[in-house]
Amino acid sequence: MPTLILKRLAMTIPSLIGVVIVTFLLTRALPGDPAAYFAGPAASAEAIEQIRAKLGLDQPLPVQFVRYVVDLVHGDLGSSLTTGQPVAAEIAARLPASAELTLLGLLVSMAIAVPLGILAATKPGSMVDHACRIVTTAGVSLPVFFTGLILVYVFYYLLGWAPAPLGRLGIFDSPPPTITGFYLIDSLLVGDGTTFVASLKQLVLPALTLGIFALAPIARMTRASMLAVLSSDFVRTARACGLSSYTVVVTYAFRNAMLPVITTLGMVFSFLLGANVLVEKVFAWPGIGSFAVEALIASDFAPVQGFVLTMAVLYVALNLAIDMLYGLIDPRTRMDA
Amino acid sequence: MTALVATMRHARYVVSENPVTGLAFGLFVLIVLAALFGPFLVPYDPLASNTSMALQPPSARFWFGTDQLGRDIFSRVIVATRLDFGIAVSSVVLVFAMGGLAGVAAGFFGGWTDRIVGRIADTIMAFPLFVLAMGIVAALGNTVQNIVIATAIVNFPLYARVARAEANVRREAGFVEAARLSGNGEWRILVFQVLPNVIPILVVQMSLTMGYAILNAAGLSFIGLGVRPPTPEWGIMVAEGAAFIVSGEWWIAFFPGLALMTAVFCFNLLGDGLRDIVDPRRRT
Repeated sequence: MPTLILKRLAMTIPSLIGVVIVTFLLTRALPGDPAAYFAGPAASAEAIEQIRAKLGLDQPLPVQFVRYVVDLVHGDLGSSLTTGQPVAAEIAARLPASAELTLLGLLVSMAIAVPLGILAATKPGSMVDHACRIVTTAGVSLPVFFTGLILVYVFYYLLGWAPAPLGRLGIFDSPPPTITGFYLIDSLLVGDGTTFVASLKQLVLPALTLGIFALAPIARMTRASMLAVLSSDFVRTARACGLSSYTVVVTYAFRNAMLPVITTLGMVFSFLLGANVLVEKVFAWPGIGSFAVEALIASDFAPVQGFVLTMAVLYVALNLAIDMLYGLIDPRTRMDA
Repeated sequence: MTALVATMRHARYVVSENPVTGLAFGLFVLIVLAALFGPFLVPYDPLASNTSMALQPPSARFWFGTDQLGRDIFSRVIVATRLDFGIAVSSVVLVFAMGGLAGVAAGFFGGWTDRIVGRIADTIMAFPLFVLAMGIVAALGNTVQNIVIATAIVNFPLYARVARAEANVRREAGFVEAARLSGNGEWRILVFQVLPNVIPILVVQMSLTMGYAILNAAGLSFIGLGVRPPTPEWGIMVAEGAAFIVSGEWWIAFFPGLALMTAVFCFNLLGDGLRDIVDPRRRT
């Protein structure tokens, strides 16, 4: 097992190198003069030249790349032009908000999609199966920002059940002390029930929006892989031996059917991390997505670059974690490696 | 000729077997008509503001209501079809050319070409796709053209992989060997023998990714990239209407969002239908 983990870790190195090269190229090798841009429109030619030297832009490209990588290793993602704050600190402070939202969204969609897919597969052609088909076809067509707005209209404006879509807590609530940065966990750790309920209320709609978005691929994959497993020989044998259909479906088929679903999670995360940006904009969520969007509007490139890099590294790490999980669940993949 | 007749017969069978595909095709025709003739058909100028008529709910006069500047939302939604459809079609055509050629070359030549194309595709796949598109637009500049390029780049791996797999199995096929024996060069075989065989599969891929291309472009303009107000475009119209949702003026964001959803839904269904026609084995 340890050698397998090392091997899989080594496989992420080319991905990480690719990610770093692409984020570097996105800033340096493209048309436009960053020095003139950083200096501002009123700067003289000498001032631009000075800034060019200060930023190291007068060096050849490979030298600039080495400098960029050295900065990265020191955790330096540059500073925002508009606020002057270091980007790395800002991203670190905002990451828990995004992570809490994304993970809860994934949880919501797994909680709905997996049972739906299983029921659809055990009774093909039934009402549940049709419902599953409608959900998977409609789910991929729904723009995530549109779903979010409809939920806000129905549950905030019409029904008044949800609080105003303005961030992680209401105006009169104070955030819990930062332990993990996840408001739900932090408020539980200090035993603050009011804050827990307040932050949960704020989380429900954005998490549901993300959940609906991720529903389609998970439900489709669960249904397909469950159908394949249910028609396999070992399930037939289990049935012939007189096991109850509950035991056959839950103990025998479910475990095997979950393997392809876990593989799909990688793709689901690619969509979720992107959709997260849009959901954060709709719900004024103070995460890294809305940080990047604000910077994009202000043409402030360092935060955007830091954001793209963070997301890509997170995504590579998530894929790694999924593969590890796969190895834990399915012993056969351990034999192959 | 007989192949064409057989395909037509199969297509008719698929449509009659699955009426949803027929419906999707009807919707598709409507979208194309709106994109071509929309600006001549709409009742109001999509850019003309009329503040005395601001924020009117849907009525017989304004079918989809009016926005905060009194512009007719129905006219804006229809006129926006051309831009949204145009962005999606051009990005899909661009990636069809880039990804298709690179993938066919990778599958046919193998070796270094294969390794380089594979490495590029892997690197793109290492990013969450929408995030990469944001970064590309931010770096290249905030224009509609760059939205097209960014959407094409993030879809590159899908096309390259499909084209590679299809070209790879035909590398040693009989007709390729025959062409080689009769003295054709490798590039000539690639373009005239292998590529035409891969194109149908890539066309299916185009219609399957068309919906995603529209969603991607609308998402980028929703966060304020590319298209600028007052240009009518679905994503930016939803963004403009978002501020009014909390005060109950739902129609400003709802109708452009509905148009977007309908278009994506139509392309997804059409893609599935087209796949059934071209490649019946992959039916699900």
